[in-house]
Amino acid sequence: MKLPEALRLSPEKAPYVFLSPFVLLFAVFGLFPLLFSLYLAFQTWEPTNGLGAMTYVGFENYRFALQDEWFWKSLKNTAWLAIASGVPQHVVAIPLAVFIHSSFKRLRNGVVGAYFMPYITSTVAIAILFSSLFSTDYGLINVGIQAMANVPGLGWLMPADPIDWLGDPGNIKPAIAMLVFWRFVGFNVVLYLAALQTIPKDIYEAATMDGAGRLQQFFFITLPSLKPMIFFGVTLSVIGGLQLFEEPFILTGGRGGSDQAGMTTAIYLYRMAFDFNDFGAASAMSWLLFIVVGVLTWLTNIAFRSPRSSV
Amino acid sequence: MQPVKPRLPGLVGMLLAALTASSALAQQTLTIAAFPAVDDIVRAAIPQWKRLHPNVEIKVVSRQFSDHHTAMTTALSTSFYLPDVMALEVGYVGRFAQGGGLDDLSRAPYNIGQFAPRYVPYAIAQATNRKGAVVAAPTDIGPGTLLYRIDILEKAGLTQADLTRSWDSFVDSGAKIKASTGSYLMAHARDMKDILIRTGIQPGEGLYFDDQSDVLVNTPRFVRAFELARKVRQLKLDAKVSAWSNEWSEGFKRGTISTQLTGAWLAGHLNNWLAPGTKGQWRAAQLPEGAYAAYGGTFFAIARGSPKEHKQLAWEFIQLMTLNRDVQINAFRTQDAFPALIETYDDPFFDQPIEFLGGQKARLGWREAARKITAVTVHKQDAFADEVINTELDKVLDRGKDIATALADAQRLLARRAHR
Repeated sequence: MKLPEALRLSPEKAPYVFLSPFVLLFAVFGLFPLLFSLYLAFQTWEPTNGLGAMTYVGFENYRFALQDEWFWKSLKNTAWLAIASGVPQHVVAIPLAVFIHSSFKRLRNGVVGAYFMPYITSTVAIAILFSSLFSTDYGLINVGIQAMANVPGLGWLMPADPIDWLGDPGNIKPAIAMLVFWRFVGFNVVLYLAALQTIPKDIYEAATMDGAGRLQQFFFITLPSLKPMIFFGVTLSVIGGLQLFEEPFILTGGRGGSDQAGMTTAIYLYRMAFDFNDFGAASAMSWLLFIVVGVLTWLTNIAFRSPRSSV
Repeated sequence: MQPVKPRLPGLVGMLLAALTASSALAQQTLTIAAFPAVDDIVRAAIPQWKRLHPNVEIKVVSRQFSDHHTAMTTALSTSFYLPDVMALEVGYVGRFAQGGGLDDLSRAPYNIGQFAPRYVPYAIAQATNRKGAVVAAPTDIGPGTLLYRIDILEKAGLTQADLTRSWDSFVDSGAKIKASTGSYLMAHARDMKDILIRTGIQPGEGLYFDDQSDVLVNTPRFVRAFELARKVRQLKLDAKVSAWSNEWSEGFKRGTISTQLTGAWLAGHLNNWLAPGTKGQWRAAQLPEGAYAAYGGTFFAIARGSPKEHKQLAWEFIQLMTLNRDVQINAFRTQDAFPALIETYDDPFFDQPIEFLGGQKARLGWREAARKITAVTVHKQDAFADEVINTELDKVLDRGKDIATALADAQRLLARRAHR
């Protein structure tokens, strides 16, 4: 059964027709907002006046953003959180992946699945869970700390009063970092497990013949072989860490917490636009953040491209 | 077969009539966007509207409070999906009044000026921007009041006068309450700062900025508010819980929070769901030291970009909601929506005792307060200023930051934004 001539696609047009759903969606939800925010970054706009109410102000929004104390504060918060949640992800994920790779045979998929679970769980569900875990008086985390304080020999390490995790500016960042770490460590484990499977077994066999121990094998075979994947994983962590929004947004009730201690740059520019009504400055800040992300990604690239490496 | 014949033309006629009627209705549907409680008030007024305009349907689009206001902001900025009438909470009226997205009701064809004396003066002033445009009509207001637990007060050997004589005596009473009953004076020291910065505002001044966008934060008004809040914290008189949190409602249920500075409407919330078990133990008083302040309020507005052919009807609908005595009183009786229409103030409902407040005729006091409240000029950076002041207060309360330094820091931050 053949289609009538009128319905048949010519080979020249077919690629465009098949591409069009993506191109269309990308243009509407990807490209247009991007260009619109670039345009807005050079305008001052009272949004409730309608789209016609924009006035061109040149680089004024950028000048304002660069001199804004809270913008710098948010960048510092973001850097703190990116490092405190990003570095442990990899430091824990690599040995964990090696351990799972070598020690689990039949249970492997189940174990990996357990670690991967947080990554695919809805952020809202996680936030509700962690808000109650972090609760000052009844939260499980504080109950756990209290229980440890009663263990002989450990008591002096534990604080006497329950910790106000989400109310005290000093504790908000560690609380967020813990959540982000917990959420993404499994994702990195999966990355490294995939890379571990590509390392040929005979290298390890040769090393064993030469008398190398497990630790030496890890540092001289496994780690160098993982380097391309580490580069990939670290790049994703840098980009994700700098754009951190959902977890701190929900844990701090959308406000950034006491003393804005949990206010990342992404949260601040969201608030600039929707709470403080300044879409122009918010757009300018988003482009400044983009530059920071770009520069740091480039630096990561340089850091991983040593002369001996094949990356 | 016989009976069918005469019926047929009748059926066709009915069908035709129904068709024409529905097409006429389709042309005349007024869309009202509102949030909970206000949506019910609007729905309750539909029968009265139908008597005036039998051919005009009312369609209520209801969203949650913040969703509603986000949707209205988006609709105004793009001029798409604008309702014919939108309900707005007072904070958003101030924000939207800065721009030109809402119709000026003081001009033709609306001419709200002729009705202005019938509204509570401060409410109509809240809807008036600096250029004199009236961007919304008030429907309900929130006169400020001091709710307190009479049983706790009596246990501490105090009277209402001890609480309200001055702010200092209010705090001193709190210390006695804490010592003799263990209850906190208030939920959060911030609550008292919020009311104190709203009292003693001079004409031409706003809350944080004056007419010329000069910052007013480093003034005695703020110093006193911060000092008293700090005293409350130092004497451990506040429970350190924020309004609408679980701990807050638990504090009311268990009687660990003995007073609340709030809008009159909170009495209804306490009765309905926050702490129904404490019925009869609460009383209402005027705010301490003769302060009068507004807590919330609802308005109706017409967007500049809404369908032109409906504007006259939209205005008539707003008049029904805000200027009709029965509609206003009904909303007061059923939803605790305190009327903005002055001529309702002689209604017998005001004289009725409130069971939750131990039979107190508290509405009389709230009515008096409503007349004495003055409106505060709104500035477009008020939302940001709120955030900055609360942050600095947190630093003073939690980390012992010096008040003068805190206010100077806030002043500097706000000055940079004032003219944006």
